[in-house]
Amino acid sequence: MSEPIKPYGDTMNDGVVQLSFTLPVENSSRGKKAAELYAAKLNLEQVAVVHARQIATGFTFFVVYARAVPVLDYSTVAATEVAVAPLDFHEINDLIKSGLQRPLVVIGATIGSDAHTVGIDAIMNMKGYNQDYGLERYPEIEAHNLGAQVTCEELVAKALELKADAVLVSQTVTQKDAHLRNFTELVELLEAEALRSRFILVAGGPRISNDLSLELGYDAGFGPGTVPSQVAAFLITTMLQRKGG
Amino acid sequence: MAQIPLHQEQVDRLKALAGDIAQQVQRFIVRHSSTSVERAVLRLFGVDGVDRDGTPLPNRLVEMLREQGGLSGGVSRPFAAALLASGRDPQTTAELIEQGKIPFDVPGGNTGRGLLERERQLGRDAVAKLDATRRRKRAKQLVHPVPPQPWRYLIVATGDIYEDRLQAKSAVAAGADIIAVIRSTAQSLLDYVPYGPTTEGFGGTYATQENFRIMRAALDEAAEEAGRYLRLVNYSSGLCMAEIAACAALEDLDMLLNDSMYGILFRDINMQRTFVDQYFSRLICARSKIIINTGEDNYLTTADAVEEAHTVTASQLINEAMGREALLTDDLLGLGHAFEIDPALENAFLYELAHAQLARQLFPNAPLKYMPPTKYKSTDIFYSHCLDTMFNLASITTGQGIHLAGILTEAIHTPLMQDRALSLAGINYVFNVARSLGSEIEFRAGGFVARRAQQVLDEVESFLGEVRGSGLMGAISAGRFAGISRRSDGGKGLDGVFEKGDDYSNPIMAQLEKEGVTDE
Repeated sequence: MSEPIKPYGDTMNDGVVQLSFTLPVENSSRGKKAAELYAAKLNLEQVAVVHARQIATGFTFFVVYARAVPVLDYSTVAATEVAVAPLDFHEINDLIKSGLQRPLVVIGATIGSDAHTVGIDAIMNMKGYNQDYGLERYPEIEAHNLGAQVTCEELVAKALELKADAVLVSQTVTQKDAHLRNFTELVELLEAEALRSRFILVAGGPRISNDLSLELGYDAGFGPGTVPSQVAAFLITTMLQRKGG
Repeated sequence: MAQIPLHQEQVDRLKALAGDIAQQVQRFIVRHSSTSVERAVLRLFGVDGVDRDGTPLPNRLVEMLREQGGLSGGVSRPFAAALLASGRDPQTTAELIEQGKIPFDVPGGNTGRGLLERERQLGRDAVAKLDATRRRKRAKQLVHPVPPQPWRYLIVATGDIYEDRLQAKSAVAAGADIIAVIRSTAQSLLDYVPYGPTTEGFGGTYATQENFRIMRAALDEAAEEAGRYLRLVNYSSGLCMAEIAACAALEDLDMLLNDSMYGILFRDINMQRTFVDQYFSRLICARSKIIINTGEDNYLTTADAVEEAHTVTASQLINEAMGREALLTDDLLGLGHAFEIDPALENAFLYELAHAQLARQLFPNAPLKYMPPTKYKSTDIFYSHCLDTMFNLASITTGQGIHLAGILTEAIHTPLMQDRALSLAGINYVFNVARSLGSEIEFRAGGFVARRAQQVLDEVESFLGEVRGSGLMGAISAGRFAGISRRSDGGKGLDGVFEKGDDYSNPIMAQLEKEGVTDE
């Protein structure tokens, strides 16, 4: 059954969207007209340029409201999420103990030029995130957080040295899509060294979806709001599946 | 300004404890020098440029001396001897040395008056350059006055110094008082200062003397239009603290990130190396009137901002004491702290006020560097903008000095031009509407803020007592700061540290230590 949807403002199917952008034009009637016409080129209707402010010589910032035209059939939309049953701290530790019968070794890092450890810290640091303990807190997990600006080579070398079961890779702040290049570089390095199948490889960060991660050659991807136990549950479930299979 | 009632005797005790800790480290520092300190000496003597392979001449010369086993006396006297031999200026002499046309080695027992006088002259010329930058900056500040604090601090980081110029000017037009050019990733781990203008970087722009000059000129131009003095910031951290301080002084920079503790903990720089480098870099800053910025705010990106608040205060006290050893005056101490408490905590803002006000009162004359929230920034940019608004309010209420602009897209990407403009609009709004709030309110004796400040102070006192017992290096090894442990013989750059020989000389350091700071 088809399920047509459009953005919702305050009435079903009104198509209301808000957007903001900067154009390299002076803030003038002509500049505002340019913003309006540009939004129209995006196939938006009833364009209202509600705010225009010059933010540098020859650059103007616009806030625009408009109505979106296209309709999407929601019934045709498919997306994956990391599919594991939720487990809590104790269940995860018990499962590692009974199923794996040794500690689960997890190594994590922020790779490339990104200096932000906030994502990897939220998952790995003792304290964890949003009242959910980090992997370091799990007695059955041996967690190694290498921090930020780790090269792919260092990460792989360390993963081998520590005999890691899983490698967690974070990219928080990116510039000109550097995060995609970095994620890809790691997969390519692992494949070149014929090491890809040795580790469960997990991506994380604000721009990460599970679909994107699978496309990049990762086993899973976790976006914003992920708590450590979700990652840990995925890791142990996958480990045991692989062990069984 | 509203004051939290503090016990002056306790504050005096804390300062004395920090002083003891700094002196322990200072006893180590004075016996050592490093390759980076020696390279900074050459730079201040007037040596610049690179060889055919792109290696900076200061590096080449120090390595040449080291290969002959002659570094323990320092680079200064051999260089003075080479100058006498060449009869040319320092730069030409360095080039001749590099080309192997004149000898460069330890002048043995030669301590003749001609040589010693030439060396002292080199030192005086170098210090004169530091005096000149201070005077140039002051002259500019007479034409374009320094704006009131908190100064609005914005970063640019395109990787291309020419693009940075455009971004900086747009930030100034929107109200920025300070422009920091973020360095290219991992430059802190390079054991040399790159050369010339650069147009490619990773997550930032290389710090080079030429890039400093380009941005300084752009800001001087922008100051004409803005009618206020604009400060330029870069990073004297990592393996080249002293050299960057030298380059920064030569190009009239106003502010440098400069904190050993940050390098040790977050960049795994060897602690012996960075303490030694930091001392000379700070002597240069003190004389040139460059404000240092310390990195305590970073502790809270890994450790909890409530549980570990006392480590921030303790580190500020230690940095102040180490700064004093290097003759830095209060007006040059941009001690760092941050607004990083979990917003889910009830009354988180009161904790933030307590911490910010405590820093203000402990260091009443320091231009404190206040960092915006980063850890709890959301990808919901509208919510993140609200967090920054509360940060702006805490800053103006407690009279902070250097206000780093929080950016609504902090959790997503390096700032777009419009992100910076929105950030500044928020800052300008809050600073204007709450300008005098701090002098209108009182912190209730025995109230939440006062009790919290007292609790932090008590924790600081016991923590500093512990650090004095183990020594700063011991405390860092034990993971007492930011939960990160570093060994005194681990990390990067230890091989550049050496013990000063009996024949060691460094006329710049000697003169700076002897004459102290001056406001002339």
